[in-house]
Amino acid sequence: MPLPPSILFRSASLSLALCLGLGAAGPARAATPADLLAGYTAQSGAPAAPERGRAFFTARHGKEWSCSSCHGTPPTQPGKHAATGKPIAALAPSVTADRFTDAAKAEKWFRRNCNDVLGRECSAAEKADLLAWLLSLKP
Amino acid sequence: MTSRLSSTPVARALLLPLALTLLSPTVRADRMPTVTPLPAYQQECASCHLAFAPGFLPAASWQRLMGQLDKHFGTDASLDAATQTSIAGWLQSHAGTYKRVTDTPAPQDRITLSPWFVRKHREVAAEVWKRPAVKSAANCSACHPQAEQGDFNEHRIRIPR
Repeated sequence: MPLPPSILFRSASLSLALCLGLGAAGPARAATPADLLAGYTAQSGAPAAPERGRAFFTARHGKEWSCSSCHGTPPTQPGKHAATGKPIAALAPSVTADRFTDAAKAEKWFRRNCNDVLGRECSAAEKADLLAWLLSLKP
Repeated sequence: MTSRLSSTPVARALLLPLALTLLSPTVRADRMPTVTPLPAYQQECASCHLAFAPGFLPAASWQRLMGQLDKHFGTDASLDAATQTSIAGWLQSHAGTYKRVTDTPAPQDRITLSPWFVRKHREVAAEVWKRPAVKSAANCSACHPQAEQGDFNEHRIRIPR
């Protein structure tokens, strides 16, 4: 049975909208984790060291929590909020696809969580090291 | 029998309030009054904890909480100014709708220390709260699987071992 013209028209409009990216409600400036890493590395002015990132992630820095208190080790597994117990999707981009794909969101969480773990903001070098390590993790 | 009973003035006086009680949405305490959700609230607040219904705390508590997000129960939950203002305004307009929330202030602005919350959970042993799968009284979903949908009906409670 042929489809009514109205359905065909709507379907064609939808396809067009999807082709133009109008259907996507994601962040205005989509980035890749590699883009963010390049940005942090450029800011720090030195190559990122994944092993330093691993040590940074798992160590405590003079306060009660480490990064791994909420994100777990290794962060290819889901984490759990240290205070509320709420599950947290795995931090590794190879497991959770939208991790580090929105620079503003990444910055917001670095600002908050570095304050909780270190009592200060993280440096660009620390962010670069950490992200380089996270990108090396396979599911 | 019922019809004869309900036709007496005394019975009518008793049944009418009962009927109103059963029909009134505010008394169906297991389900929160529905409010228009705010996507920013879900996005910004529900990463760390359940998107607690605004009706669970009085307006004054939300105002204090939103004014010191950088020191939010031991963590930095700070937001950019525009998002903070938008969420704070939404919370103010939907605050304190849950029954008895406005009767008494919430100690430390904590839902879990509110007298109604303590009373409703008085049968939960101290040991239960400490179980790894529960961890915190703020972890509503641990025992109320439909908490995200605002459903706290006691028949659907599943306390993890």
